[in-house]
Amino acid sequence: MQFGIFTVSDVTPDPTTGRTPTEAERIRAMVTIARKAEEVGLDVFATGEHHNPPFVMSSPTTYLGYVAAKTDTLLLSTSTTLITTNDPVKIAEDYALLQHLADGRVDLMMGRGNTGPVYPWFGQDIRNGIPLAVENYALLRRLWREDVVDWEGQFRTPLQGFTSTPRPLDGVPPFVWHGSIRSPQIAEQAAYYGDGFFHNHIFWPKEHTQRMVELYRRRYEHYGHGAADQAIVGLGGQVFMRKNSQDAVDEFRPYFDNAPVYGHGPSLEEFSSQTPLTVGSPQQVIERTLGFRDYVGDYQRQLFLIDHAGLPLKTVLEQLDLLGEEVVPVLRKEFAALKPAHVPEAPTHASLVATAGGAKDATVDAPADSGTGQAR
Amino acid sequence: MTTRTLAVVSAGLGTPSSTRLLADRLTTATVDALRSRGDDATVETVELRSHARDLADDLLTGFPNEALRGAIETVTGADAVIAVTPIFAASYSGLFKTFFDVLDKEALVGKPVLLAATAGTARHSLALDHALRPLFAYLRAVPVPTGVFAASEDWAGAGGIDGALADRIQRAAGELADVVGGRPAAVRPADPFADPTPFEELLRGS
Repeated sequence: MQFGIFTVSDVTPDPTTGRTPTEAERIRAMVTIARKAEEVGLDVFATGEHHNPPFVMSSPTTYLGYVAAKTDTLLLSTSTTLITTNDPVKIAEDYALLQHLADGRVDLMMGRGNTGPVYPWFGQDIRNGIPLAVENYALLRRLWREDVVDWEGQFRTPLQGFTSTPRPLDGVPPFVWHGSIRSPQIAEQAAYYGDGFFHNHIFWPKEHTQRMVELYRRRYEHYGHGAADQAIVGLGGQVFMRKNSQDAVDEFRPYFDNAPVYGHGPSLEEFSSQTPLTVGSPQQVIERTLGFRDYVGDYQRQLFLIDHAGLPLKTVLEQLDLLGEEVVPVLRKEFAALKPAHVPEAPTHASLVATAGGAKDATVDAPADSGTGQAR
Repeated sequence: MTTRTLAVVSAGLGTPSSTRLLADRLTTATVDALRSRGDDATVETVELRSHARDLADDLLTGFPNEALRGAIETVTGADAVIAVTPIFAASYSGLFKTFFDVLDKEALVGKPVLLAATAGTARHSLALDHALRPLFAYLRAVPVPTGVFAASEDWAGAGGIDGALADRIQRAAGELADVVGGRPAAVRPADPFADPTPFEELLRGS
């Protein structure tokens, strides 16, 4: 099982000091956090994609490319990549290049984005969210799997004899997850392709997660990719820890009370019982997290949100120490002991290459360039 | 004989409240009207006052907590709804509107509804038609033609209720019973998780 963290890249005032970090500070902090995640032994780091303040992560592959150069083992992912407002051609190119630079330590998660005004900035309309996700992803898959693509659809200009470069590393496209909170069409999409399904599993009652995962598993089996319990499931989670549980609650409360998403509404205690939020000791986080399995089954990836709502970098790094030293080693052992042998791990570049029968150079040779006149 | 479920939404703030009093009168009259037409009825009342914080939380978090979810399911699953609000500043109260704001926008489609309101003065009476009726038209519910408005003076007659108000209650309850009686019992909408649109259809853009 893979463990990691995911960030939404928000620039939020620290409610205990009133100070808002600069964009530069936040971006640097996100690099520090990713490197620390590797150092403490986590497997995955994923970043969201946003195109409006107070978020900084507009260009995930620029950022992940830099992180790739600063890390050795960390698997880099997204949470999510906007399959609706990004041109699928650009996603195909950007993530294939990232895959090469990161030696295959890349997968990505498709999401629609729920901010209406963002869509028209990229020439789209939120009312087409699902059809965009369906059409764009179908094209993206072809761009990674076919060297030359002729294509025509509803939402972008047609392609004639188009080759997306570079071709995927070793001829194997990155593994894809699909994330959605409550749209059954997206669970259906993930199942249809035999891709992974990720539920954000923060800010929402577990019932949303449970019924989406149940649908995905059932349809994964229906489409013939394996048994329902062999489908590839990832979950989010939100935690804040201190050795002493009451210290965690006291320290986190002002961040909770003023948090951008849920602040000024339910109490920390109410929200903790209504959603997977866990604020307490490492042992409490371990117990709560093991309990996720009770309603989604054996799953493959667990990502924690630990750096939002204005929490200072120092605190986030301390959370990573606790995750790496006290929580994840226990979870690894416990989850592994519970998992039946026929339930697979999440695919990685290495496992996908092995399934494909080994690495193939996928370079597409082209004739002389008519622009420069140079022959190869 | 069919047993009909009646959900009563009362947005009164006082205890006791004249809004709840009107809601109870309408409920009794509707149950009687259903019985006289050969149906039985079960009644569940949702006092929005006890969900005031739940509703504010839902606005911020985007989901109802367990207590509010129960209230929502009571209303959306009923055969008919009696909705009663005090009139504040020429319209329904904010609490009343918030409840209908957090419902799924399709949740009340085709639902028979009896609209009623209370206020300190009869000068607010058109709020029923100018404010409540458009709201339920937007929700594509089916409000019965008679709305029942009760101002302070309407409670002054024999038995604590004015004769004209009693007549309006009877008429509205009869209209609601007529609409409900002509229908099959409420069925819940199809569950998209039980029966998802196959992906081939989504790919074809249908």
